[in-house]
Amino acid sequence: MNSSIVSRLDRRDGPLASLEKLRAAGLVRRASDRVDQAVERSLPVVPALRPLLPGGCLRRGSTVAISGRTAIPGTGATSLLLALLAEASAAGSWCAVVGLPRLGVVAAVEAGVVIERLALLPHPGPEWVDAVGALIDGLDIVAVGVPGGVAPRLAARIMARARQRGSVLVVLGAWPGADVTLQVTAATWHGLGAGVGRLRRREVEVVASGRGAAARLRRTRLWLPGPSGAPMAGETNHVSIDDYRDRVHRMDAHQRRAS
Amino acid sequence: MTAGTDRSVRTLMLWCPDWPVTAAGLIDGVDTYAPVAVLHANRVLACSAAARAEGVRRGLRKREAQARCPHLVVVEHDPDRDARAYEPVVAAVESLTPGVEVIRPGVCAVPAKGPVGYYGGEEQAAERLVEHIALHCGVAAQAGIADGPFGALLAARSGQIVPPGATAEFLAGMDISTLDRPELVDLLRRLGIRTLGDFAALPASDVLARFGADAAYAHRLAAGRDERPLAVRSPPPDLVVTGEYDPPLERVDMAAFAARTLADRLHERLAAHGLAATRLGIEARTAAGEELHRMWRHDGLLDAAAIADRVRWQLDGWLTGSAIRLRAHGGVFGDPDARVGSDGLVTVRPTAGIDRLRLIPDGLVRCSGMQPGLWGELGEADARAHRALHRVQGLLGPESVYTAVLGGGRGYAERVRLVPWGDERKAEGHDRPWPGRFPAPAPATVLTEPIPVMVCTADGAFLHVDERLALSGPPATVRLASGSGAGAGAPLTVTGWAGPWPVDERWWAPAEANQSVRLQLAVADGTALLVAGRGDTWWLEAVYD
Repeated sequence: MNSSIVSRLDRRDGPLASLEKLRAAGLVRRASDRVDQAVERSLPVVPALRPLLPGGCLRRGSTVAISGRTAIPGTGATSLLLALLAEASAAGSWCAVVGLPRLGVVAAVEAGVVIERLALLPHPGPEWVDAVGALIDGLDIVAVGVPGGVAPRLAARIMARARQRGSVLVVLGAWPGADVTLQVTAATWHGLGAGVGRLRRREVEVVASGRGAAARLRRTRLWLPGPSGAPMAGETNHVSIDDYRDRVHRMDAHQRRAS
Repeated sequence: MTAGTDRSVRTLMLWCPDWPVTAAGLIDGVDTYAPVAVLHANRVLACSAAARAEGVRRGLRKREAQARCPHLVVVEHDPDRDARAYEPVVAAVESLTPGVEVIRPGVCAVPAKGPVGYYGGEEQAAERLVEHIALHCGVAAQAGIADGPFGALLAARSGQIVPPGATAEFLAGMDISTLDRPELVDLLRRLGIRTLGDFAALPASDVLARFGADAAYAHRLAAGRDERPLAVRSPPPDLVVTGEYDPPLERVDMAAFAARTLADRLHERLAAHGLAATRLGIEARTAAGEELHRMWRHDGLLDAAAIADRVRWQLDGWLTGSAIRLRAHGGVFGDPDARVGSDGLVTVRPTAGIDRLRLIPDGLVRCSGMQPGLWGELGEADARAHRALHRVQGLLGPESVYTAVLGGGRGYAERVRLVPWGDERKAEGHDRPWPGRFPAPAPATVLTEPIPVMVCTADGAFLHVDERLALSGPPATVRLASGSGAGAGAPLTVTGWAGPWPVDERWWAPAEANQSVRLQLAVADGTALLVAGRGDTWWLEAVYD
């Protein structure tokens, strides 16, 4: 499936790409978007993720699924989830994370999530649907981990509730009928050599697909996490002093091993 | 100038000599029979009798005092210590007579009328109080009775009872320095006025015109006309709310209903005193005499609904025998049905209905000054979120919704503490230096239970780390041990690694000691892992997800 997404995207990289960039940056707006509505009906996201979401924001009432192999973590899905929450949380929204007992709270803080406004339900048990329903009533963003998947009817019921109450449902795992599905398609860690350096940042490629306004495939590259733990927009050829130092270290190590 | 003394309140003064020294003895265990001096700003504030016998006096410099008495024990002045040590004395006096005014730590006054009438005479009352203090607090005190607190204090210094109306004569012979106003006393000395009697003989209007209002007040004191009524302290109000139930409450919903009424009463009582509670003790007693007590902490104020909820949660667990488990120490309530679990905890079920509920407010704060600061402005959205989380707690139980607090530590798991929603969030140690802590970025997935992994070098042998933290070779493959979930078995190639970073924690407590090393590994599929190990056993701590 990945290869088909990529090939469809490659065909799309045409003259419209620059216009897309302007729209993502918020410089160009569709004539049908009403300004006041767009502001009230949405929650902000970090600039690095704006190109992926319709309107460059998290629309209230929408459902975002982050698919990945949740059985073995490591694909960057959790970091992507934290990056989605960060900006809205910093702007004063309340978030809940349901069913993710392994969530790294330190990483959440580094991503920019305000833990005073973060509620955790690590083990919701069999009544998780009721709990998620109650959370949707009061919180702006409800993130749910569904390792085993969910039946379409149940998913539709929860999404209808989110749409009615105007809160954003973020799902880690497969979710039938999600408005936007994000997937990390490639990830490379930087900063780690053979016995030298340390993990500094990861370059990931994220692909978004979905329904309605999000039907068109979008792709972006970003640093997730960036050097400080917070997500950063990618496509920079900037070489930081840390990278430079790493490179020198690595060369030194090579020479030592050779001699 | 003796006119007007009848308007002064007859006062019984209790004075504990050298209180700062006594307090140091009571709290810090200083030997008060040895020469001791309490210093404030390098000057002697108080000294023990032994030090006084050696020539140490109030107001001496530290060096001077030590020159007079080389084996002098010097203690720094601590007003808090003085006040803390004096509290039991006040409580002892209060148990005999109401209306105590604490003049300063070491000195308190009571209106003489009550105890004198009760014990049948001034001498008997004074003796009884001094004896009571000595018995209950082990502190020597002297009593003095005179008209007005000023005269009574001077009388207490010499342990005298000044007859009614004779206070002015008693004061007349006293030295002017007893006024305790150094500047005024200095001035009066230079004017040739050396006793209170001389000062009192001056015309009051001239004193006011020449020396000002404070001197006029001192003039009245010197004349024995101390008409200030005692500012008695009121004992702390009793805020505990108790409800007795007959017939006993058998079901949780009945108890919750009763709790609601109690909560309203408690709320009303606190509001009447302008107070609010941040902690709440709930104590339930069954008809069979079993008691269950639990302290609930809360971030913000507990309102009536929140109190009722907590009572319901507590009783729910107890009456259904599921949630409340107490540590067994010498048989819980002597309950033969108590089942001791493998973890040494006992599941207890009450044998009868609840016949008494008590709500004990704690951590009281002034209601007007209480701002829910931790959450910032408690706006509409915040209130909505609070309600929703509250409802989830009602659905799944109080221990289902958590909020995280960052604390101190080196490992990612130990840096985070989950506290149940609504409890006090107390973060400490987070911003202290923790040498050996990893810098950002942190792993997004932290395993709650580490998974064993096999880390091998290029030749297929297990990676070994020796006591000098040297690795047996560069790690080449990593494999999740079988039975640890999907993905077990297949070895992953290590493309980059760093470490070992040593951890040597709590070596002073052998049971909790943790000596290991940590490695960061990047593997072929773009994943990065944080593994820890000792010898040649390794386990996965976190995944940079």
